Amino acid sequence: MTAVPDIEFRGVTKRYGAVTAVSGIDLAVPPSAFVALLGPSGCGKTTCLRMIGGFEQPSEGQVLIRGQDMAGTPPYRRPVNMVFQQYALFPHLDVAANVSYGLRQARPRLSSREIGQRAGEALEMVRLAGYGGRKIHELSGGQQQRVALARALVNKPAVLLLDEPLAALDKKLRTDMQIELQNLQREIGITFVLVTHDQEEALSMSDFVCVMNGGRIVQLGQPSEIYDEPADLFVADFVGKTNLLAGKVAGHAGDLVDVALADGTVIAARKRTALQQGETVSVSLRPESLSLGAPDSGPLKGVVRNRIFLGSTAEYAIEVQGIGTLLAKADHVVGQGNLFKPGEPVAIGFATGTPLAFPETKNNGTNQRVNKHVEIIS
Amino acid sequence: MHGNRFRHNILTALLLAPATAWLVVFLVLPFVAIAVFSVGERAPEGGYQAAFTLAQYANLPARATAFWNTMVLAPVGALACLLVAYPVAYYLALKAPPRWRLILLALVVIPFWTSLLMRTYAWMYILGGRGIPALLAFVGIEDVRLINTPGAVLLGIVYGYLPLMILPIYVSLERLDRRLLEASADLGAKPLSTFLGVTLKLSLPGVMTGFSLVMILLLGEYLIPTLLGGGKVFFIGNALVDLFLQSRNWPFGSAIAITLVLVSVVVLVVANRISNRVAGARRVDLI
Repeated sequence: MTAVPDIEFRGVTKRYGAVTAVSGIDLAVPPSAFVALLGPSGCGKTTCLRMIGGFEQPSEGQVLIRGQDMAGTPPYRRPVNMVFQQYALFPHLDVAANVSYGLRQARPRLSSREIGQRAGEALEMVRLAGYGGRKIHELSGGQQQRVALARALVNKPAVLLLDEPLAALDKKLRTDMQIELQNLQREIGITFVLVTHDQEEALSMSDFVCVMNGGRIVQLGQPSEIYDEPADLFVADFVGKTNLLAGKVAGHAGDLVDVALADGTVIAARKRTALQQGETVSVSLRPESLSLGAPDSGPLKGVVRNRIFLGSTAEYAIEVQGIGTLLAKADHVVGQGNLFKPGEPVAIGFATGTPLAFPETKNNGTNQRVNKHVEIIS
Repeated sequence: MHGNRFRHNILTALLLAPATAWLVVFLVLPFVAIAVFSVGERAPEGGYQAAFTLAQYANLPARATAFWNTMVLAPVGALACLLVAYPVAYYLALKAPPRWRLILLALVVIPFWTSLLMRTYAWMYILGGRGIPALLAFVGIEDVRLINTPGAVLLGIVYGYLPLMILPIYVSLERLDRRLLEASADLGAKPLSTFLGVTLKLSLPGVMTGFSLVMILLLGEYLIPTLLGGGKVFFIGNALVDLFLQSRNWPFGSAIAITLVLVSVVVLVVANRISNRVAGARRVDLI
């Protein structure tokens, strides 16, 4: 990467008293990228965003914007703008005044004609032309969101920061806005940094996903990499749905390890790190990589407990003796009556290489996790 | 269904009756009486004598000094209160460490537990001949007069009414969404612009509440000008006491009282308008 990164973290640590919110983060965001900081609440993602915006100062390390160290630079001198959680629109100003707020701060002052024109363009960009005179409280959540976008983009920032921008919207609107944000980012070509706890949002919109946990970056990669090749048990569990099966390493065969599951079944799984013989591991199996067939056609035997028909797919909760309940997802082909019924015995199979074995970290109770998914669908 | 509603109405009426009766007996009736008095005449031996004349209103300029003092010192006093109160409220709401906030707030309110009379008496001694002027004389500054000046009255006003100004401003600043301040800074506004463009504007309802509260109370102020202004700084309140209790000119006193009420209403309405306009459609609570 020869270009100067739009955002760069160099060994950034942030402490609040005795609590370390962010610890030793190194990250370079290439120009014109859509990056998502993804993680559960308290993982430090928002703190990172706020350090870019200038609302927090790192305790150690440097935050650089386009190669410039931002230490001591207040928010109003940084070439970034933020879309705040719940938008933080000014309630005493109308839509046009909210959007032009940033322009009115420019010194030397811009002419009121230019301010009006640029604010109008920004509103047009978010498809709110003609809404300038509206009061903020007269707008719907989706419209407020777009005003917040226009307000943040009107100053032509080098980087746009988005703090859980879609969290307050309903599902349908959220999907629309995901597409709209993606289009917008391509159109104006600046870097977007999105903070979200919603893995679907992160995967669907961004070019790069930076998964964080406990104040550290756990994995950085393209959405498909994060999903297909999770770096550890946390990522596997947090990103997308998965079944986690407890087992012990029973043997090695090249890249693969043999894992003896709780019921004695031995399956071959890919490993991400070196594993010891006899080590306790969790095997991650994505619901869509499981295939269901007639009894005895696969290594695991179970009984269908629930079936959730979703149109293009069907999800099954399958109870496997000695292991627990697994979630399986099968494509539905029109006309083929390939649906299994609750109570029906089935065999579960999977392609070689799809199960991933992870060393058991502090994250215990994997069976509980499996059951959690079942709770959701049953 | 119908009976239910009827019973409901009866209950509402019963619950409201005590407060209504109270207001009618102690507010509406006296107000009507004063209005009637104000168009009457002074009986030869003092008091009221029925008549219909606007002579009392025409006579208002006779008490122009009291009006003038009140009309100048009430807004100036309220303004002085505001200037002292705003930074205090700002500090309490936005800067004070959270665990100190309650204690500091209590310190603002605690003086209220002692009567204003006591506290104003204290000021009388502090400002009087054996107070600060004596101290100044001790270091060589002679003949400083503090008591019985408009300055002393102003000081008493600011001291006495400060908590009434601090509290509503504190409430409106405390309710202020901090992310709005961050959003303003994020959009390039320097701290002063953020203060003027966001903080101050959004706290205006509190400012207006405090201002009208203090101003209206000051319009009827009697105690502070009497104790700290001596006979020299006379308020309408003092004029009223004088007219009703000393010279027993009830109709003239009533005319002054009615005028005072009208002025108060105008102040309230104007303040409400201003804060409504500036704070947009946000609900504005006056008092």
